[in-house]
Amino acid sequence: MIVLPEDQAKQRIAWRIAQEFNRTECPLFINLGVGIPTMVADYINNDQVFIQAENGMLGLGPAAEEGKKDPMLINAGRIPITETPGCSFFDSCTSFGMIRGGHVDATVIGAFEVDQEGNVANWIIPNGKQLGVGGAMDLVAGAKKVYIAMTHTTKKGAPKIIPSCTLPVTGYREVDVIVTEFALFRFLEGRMFLEEIAPEVSLEELREMTTAQFIVAGDLKTYPVP
Amino acid sequence: MGSELRCKKLMSKEAAVNLIKPGSRVLIGGFGNAGDPKLLIDALCSSGIGDLVIMSNDLGSPNEGLGKLLTNGQVRGLIGTYYNWNPEVAIAYNEGRIFVDLVPQGTFAEAVRAAGVGIPAFYTPTAVGTEIAKGKETREFNGKTYVLQEALKADVALIKAYKADELGNLVYYKTARNFNPVMAMAADLVIAEVDEVVPRGCLDPECVVTPHIFVDVIVNGGELS
Repeated sequence: MIVLPEDQAKQRIAWRIAQEFNRTECPLFINLGVGIPTMVADYINNDQVFIQAENGMLGLGPAAEEGKKDPMLINAGRIPITETPGCSFFDSCTSFGMIRGGHVDATVIGAFEVDQEGNVANWIIPNGKQLGVGGAMDLVAGAKKVYIAMTHTTKKGAPKIIPSCTLPVTGYREVDVIVTEFALFRFLEGRMFLEEIAPEVSLEELREMTTAQFIVAGDLKTYPVP
Repeated sequence: MGSELRCKKLMSKEAAVNLIKPGSRVLIGGFGNAGDPKLLIDALCSSGIGDLVIMSNDLGSPNEGLGKLLTNGQVRGLIGTYYNWNPEVAIAYNEGRIFVDLVPQGTFAEAVRAAGVGIPAFYTPTAVGTEIAKGKETREFNGKTYVLQEALKADVALIKAYKADELGNLVYYKTARNFNPVMAMAADLVIAEVDEVVPRGCLDPECVVTPHIFVDVIVNGGELS
């Protein structure tokens, strides 16, 4: 099986998702989850893309540099960030009102599993060491589009894009796009299409890493690599 | 300047937390380390008041901030959204020492707001079909399923603001605002920790976030520290 170094895989995923947003010509409001999703911001180069954080801010800037960190100015992953001109602060109700009310164009989240129905499991491993749901369920239910940013398989090589989620589900039929280091899948009318495949994997190899059923798009493209 | 202020709501942090009765449902503002009322939490830990149901986004870190309440054994249960930052919560829950009601963050915020504005329950699209919504009533509107969520009312709210005026009008600071203005509406007794108390008329009325009608007690952290 082909494996990319973890850092390279994560950077590639974050970069690819940023390209989805960078081509916008009108204001686009996006919420970024913890982990790879946060890295998407590093590759945004369009000033019409505005980042929302569910802890109550619109218009997040990059992470704060050492010596300039304000502990009262953080993103939802508790990382000190910076302001951009025109940013705003608001309470948690207003923040989730934006999300649930359909005002946020897209959310990018990580996941343990995604299945061929577009269901996503990303909040809990039963009887584990962590107990929490946070804003994950609100985001998948409320954001107009749900992007999954995750490595194609687990660290042990087990598929994460599977026929049916085995872990507790965060949201049903909410996923729009899955981006891994090897592929981009898009859900259209409840069906999962492979739209892009990375240059170093064959379709056969991709099928071995992906137990979910998918349709190969008629105009299958090579996944652009930065 | 503090002595010239005419603020009837001012109290010491110790006197303020002593108003909390054992067994109370206590809303506590904050998200991670931003916007939690640190002095009030410390005073509550020192007070030993127990059997509390803590309603908050998270429970800080192990034996730190709100985490200390759990270490001290002052907690009967938790209603909140995200305890991944404090693994002691899962341990206490798995050992049966506390109950934990997990609520999606947006649903939690809205349920607190609902309690504050006289709405007993509402329907939300969040969590439909998931384990979190198990046993909860559902209903269809325009062909889409929603879950019924009841309001989350509390006996006491401990909140953190940046500045208060003598009346108790509050303004906040950056992402330390989070749940605080919402929780200020949803408890019988609202205690606000602030960094500074300014004379009446010194806060721009256009900028007041929490009007003083919601605030009962002010603890001036600026004066204390």
